[in-house]
Amino acid sequence: MFKKWIVLILLSASILSPSFAKDGNSIQIKGSDTMVNLSQAWAEKFMEKNPNNFIAVTGGGSGTGISSLISGTCDISNSSRDIKEKEVVLAKKRGVNPYEIKVGLDGLAVVVHPSNPVSKLTLQQLADIFTGKISNWKELGGKDQKIVLLSREVNSGTHVYFKEHVLRKGDPNSREEFAPEALMLPSSQALADEVSGNSGAIGYYGMGYISPKQKPISVAKNEKSPYISPKIENVISGKYPISRPLFTYTNGTPTGLVKKFVDFMLSKEGQEIVLKTDFVPIKK
Amino acid sequence: MRKYKEFVIEKLILLCGLASIFFVLLIFLFLLKEGISLFSTITLKRFLFGKNWYPISDPAELEILPLILGSFWVTLGAAIISIPIGVGCAIYIAEVAHPKLKEILKTGIELLAAIPSVVLGFIGMVTLVPWVKEVFNLPTGLTALSGSVMLAFMAMPTIVSIAEDALYSIPKTYKEGSLALGATHWQTIYRVLLPAASSGIVAAVMLGVGRVIGETMAVMMITGNAALLPHSILQPVRTLTATIAAEMGEAVVGSEHYFALFAIGIVLFIISFVINVTADTFLHKKK
Repeated sequence: MFKKWIVLILLSASILSPSFAKDGNSIQIKGSDTMVNLSQAWAEKFMEKNPNNFIAVTGGGSGTGISSLISGTCDISNSSRDIKEKEVVLAKKRGVNPYEIKVGLDGLAVVVHPSNPVSKLTLQQLADIFTGKISNWKELGGKDQKIVLLSREVNSGTHVYFKEHVLRKGDPNSREEFAPEALMLPSSQALADEVSGNSGAIGYYGMGYISPKQKPISVAKNEKSPYISPKIENVISGKYPISRPLFTYTNGTPTGLVKKFVDFMLSKEGQEIVLKTDFVPIKK
Repeated sequence: MRKYKEFVIEKLILLCGLASIFFVLLIFLFLLKEGISLFSTITLKRFLFGKNWYPISDPAELEILPLILGSFWVTLGAAIISIPIGVGCAIYIAEVAHPKLKEILKTGIELLAAIPSVVLGFIGMVTLVPWVKEVFNLPTGLTALSGSVMLAFMAMPTIVSIAEDALYSIPKTYKEGSLALGATHWQTIYRVLLPAASSGIVAAVMLGVGRVIGETMAVMMITGNAALLPHSILQPVRTLTATIAAEMGEAVVGSEHYFALFAIGIVLFIISFVINVTADTFLHKKK
């Protein structure tokens, strides 16, 4: 009984006092909303195995996570996009050395309302839709209805990835932007809700958010290539054209508890959790 | 000894009084310091009147006209809804309602003021947004109008309580004189009491509007946040406040984007300053 109390007190102390957190008993993880569920699942399993350690996970967006890593308010930052050159420069200026670890893959699903007759699009068509060049479903063989564009906010790694790889097709000189009409929703869940209630809507998010209330679109690289649906096996095989790596950044090469946790993420068990939370593992 | 004590307490209170002014000044200086750096890369005119807000592109386009208009539409809508209802409610409470009912109404309005904006936003998202989409047959219900309606709820308590105070502080003789001359109750309210309390009512309206402009959470949840140039209240808009809230986390400290968000802060500060000063002048103007 006495022992239990001690553990409890220590545990609450480790949550409450930031100085204690630095002792290597707890880790603060921040960043990508896409990866929050995955990270939480890792943390829970890890804490189950190592009951003396405490891992706190919060979201906020990839940009938010990297900013926190730079300002030293988290130990690990999750990101669904690469760290930007500017951010690296800023980090170095503050004495932080971002170290990149690839921990999984994610397919980005493009979704519409289940009643929408359109079920496959090419990357070019997607780019035209989201830049506003195509604005009616009629032009894509659907109903005569205005297309409602749904996007994530600019602090989202998903937003950045979609812009760079779908709208701009990976061309760094391209100047394509989301149409100003695009609604910016604060979370993937808000986007999922809006798609399920709006018959003219189209949006995008990590595969894990697909539910029967939304219809995922099959995507083809170009008109000649086959249309591929966003499924885990298609992302692993590399056939699905909109997939991206998921990263974790630490300050310098991981040491101590951070290393232990990173090793756990990359372990067989950790990668099984990746698969369970609807992402794609990096190691077979 | 007693005198000494008195002196210390007096100075302490003076310090408390000055503290708020000091803090406002500090905040403004900080905003200015961070925001002004932006104008080494973009002209003030382009910042205020340009049409494109693409903060994370390279080079970034930081032009806030759509955001200003977004805030404007939401505020205008909220004002149109909340002013007649708020002033009407104040008249009813001050002049017509039975004392018992008056107490109940006043408590209800205080309760309305106590609802956190995120709760209003959430309620708006699940009830009002689908309704607006259905009724106006729009592609989406996330529009300036939805934001206006929810914000009208937030402005109303301010308008009602200050306007009611203004009506209440009119000398009783005005009312008695009017009634004695044979005017009906409604004529008295409309011709005598409202004009007499007009400066207080204008102040109430201005403070209510100030509250709406500064509101963030509810508008971020239900106005769609699309940075396009709005030309009707039935379109999605992105407001100044929602932009700061949504993007501050992403902005790299010391970047152009970061400075732009502070510059937006200055714009907001100036708007609410003007509104408050206007309200103040009306409040102190004696008829």
